[in-house]
Amino acid sequence: MSRVLLIADHDGKTLNTGIARTVACARQLGNVHVAVFHAPDADAACAAAAKLDGVSRVLSVSHEANGTPLAAVLAPQIARLAAAHEGGYDYVLAPSTTFGKDVLPRVAALLGVPQVSDLMEVIDARTFKRPIYAGNVITTVKVPEGIPVLATVRIASFQAVGEAGEAPIVAAQAEAELPGHSRYLGLAESGGSDRPDLQSAPRVVAGGRGVGSKENFEIVFKLADKIGAAVGASRAAVDAGYVPNDMQVGQTGKIIAPDLYIAVGISGAIQHMTGIKDAGCIVAINKDGDAPIFEAADFGLVGDLFTLLPELEKALDA
Amino acid sequence: MKILVGIKRVIDYNVRVQVNRDGTGVVKDGVKMSINPFDEIAVEEALRMKERGEAEEVVVVSIGPDAAQQQLRTALAMGADRAVLYQAEEEIQPLAAARALLKIVQAEEPGLVLLGKQAIDDDANQVGQMLAALWDRPQATFVSKLERTGDTLKATREVDAGLENIEVDLPAVVTVDLRLNEPRFVKMPDIMKAKRKPLDIKPFAELGVEMPPQLEVGAHEPPPKRQGGTKVESVAALVKALKDKGVL
Ligand SMILES: Cc1cc2nc3c(=O)[nH]c(=O)nc-3n(C[C@H](O)[C@H](O)[C@H](O)COP(=O)(O)OP(=O)(O)OC[C@H]3O[C@@H](n4cnc5c(N)ncnc54)[C@H](O)[C@@H]3O)c2cc1C
Repeated sequence: MSRVLLIADHDGKTLNTGIARTVACARQLGNVHVAVFHAPDADAACAAAAKLDGVSRVLSVSHEANGTPLAAVLAPQIARLAAAHEGGYDYVLAPSTTFGKDVLPRVAALLGVPQVSDLMEVIDARTFKRPIYAGNVITTVKVPEGIPVLATVRIASFQAVGEAGEAPIVAAQAEAELPGHSRYLGLAESGGSDRPDLQSAPRVVAGGRGVGSKENFEIVFKLADKIGAAVGASRAAVDAGYVPNDMQVGQTGKIIAPDLYIAVGISGAIQHMTGIKDAGCIVAINKDGDAPIFEAADFGLVGDLFTLLPELEKALDA
Repeated sequence: MKILVGIKRVIDYNVRVQVNRDGTGVVKDGVKMSINPFDEIAVEEALRMKERGEAEEVVVVSIGPDAAQQQLRTALAMGADRAVLYQAEEEIQPLAAARALLKIVQAEEPGLVLLGKQAIDDDANQVGQMLAALWDRPQATFVSKLERTGDTLKATREVDAGLENIEVDLPAVVTVDLRLNEPRFVKMPDIMKAKRKPLDIKPFAELGVEMPPQLEVGAHEPPPKRQGGTKVESVAALVKALKDKGVL
């Protein structure tokens, strides 16, 4: 059976919610080992990974240098583990989070192999589908025989596996020469709210430029809180400073697949729609009946958001 | 310090890209081509660093078809000092591009390489990271703020959890995100001036790149169409529709 090494994305305490989705892809390819690179005494993420259905082993790679997610420090260790551990892996996967996108190409270059970015469907052991042109085209790519397959996995394309597993956690060595040229200074800004996580929430309410200001965004938060939804935004809303950058949905933001997506004051530019193509149900609220978002929305409501949102909240009370 | 900026000729971001008839690629005939928007931001950042006295020379380089001269001229009109095109009519995949850039880096010896975080045609998001690995230098990807102090760069990166700060020693590879800056508007006199700036054209083969294994690219297809387009008349109708669908 093929051997799959999945690189965990975590913050030292919790596992990124995309990992359970990446495992769903990985288990289609072979026997899944999850590698968790972490600082000594900070291995809670290992326990979380061990619970994921379909994971057969967790490799715990503890090192002083692994306390922060620096690609230049992690990549040589991952390359080492991928090539050498128990004879080497057939697949090395990471989620298409900013972490995966940062580190995996560096690993691919060290191994001298191409990378499949944003793998969205497994056709066979070496053939995959992936989106190009902001998701306007889906292409099929095949990795040549004789080399390991390296891929970042588009997490919105896979359903999370369950958490009833009990994989053993074993210590693994991945000794490599580590550079001193890169230093992690810390997170500067984050949404840091106690609202649901944008990438895993079943419901999302997102606001665009139409919301008009930071203060006005309160109306979006209120609706989201009412239905237990996470909050997203268009690039225009983020660039205008209404909300922090980590709330951005789209080609250059987060790609998400909630059951329900309510887009408020968002026009529906292709770059935004890329982020929600796999949403179960899209609702658009926009005062311009010709806005492109209505072409993709399952349900569109034409009108002023400042009248419709309070009305909607009231209707939900009833 | 010399700054090397990589740019790619791609279909303009405003174009709605269509798969061609036989599914071997996308329609490019008569379609507007531009500098990859992220690369344009990289050019702008290099120019601003030069204007602040943090760099002496800005060299733009493209690996691509002969027609990419157009995009290099645009970069020269923005203010880059000189340009080099490594002519390749076939698609150069990210690892090959990174190996080619490494050769260029070895010849040019820049203090900083600025690239877009991804090309909006293949959306691969790999070249900068791969070049940094091959060059054995630091990488700062998805950068939305950049400050140079002596031989170090402080970079603010757009990550899923928010904004992250890292510090890297020069030379380094930086890949830029949209928020880093707003590229300048090119004026007519600058376009005239750019015509006299040096633009070297060399065959890709001259780089002597050892070609890595390549992904075989097969069928292209449009994504499944969403069955959208239904409008509801009122909030009450919307709530009912969502309840019927089981999403509320
Ligand atoms: C390379 C590249 C990558 C990009 N990546 C992304 C990305 O990842 N995500 C993203 O979102 N964008 C991205 N963009 C930007 C994208 O092209 C659009 O500019 C952006 O999505 C527009 O945001 P918007 O819909 O909020 O604003 P606008 O397009 O300005 O639309 C605002 C909408 O609000 C409506 N409105 C205004 N007032 C009201 C009201 N009172 N009530 C109801 N409706 C109202 C208007 O009718 C309009 O339709 C990218 C662009 C480029 C070039």
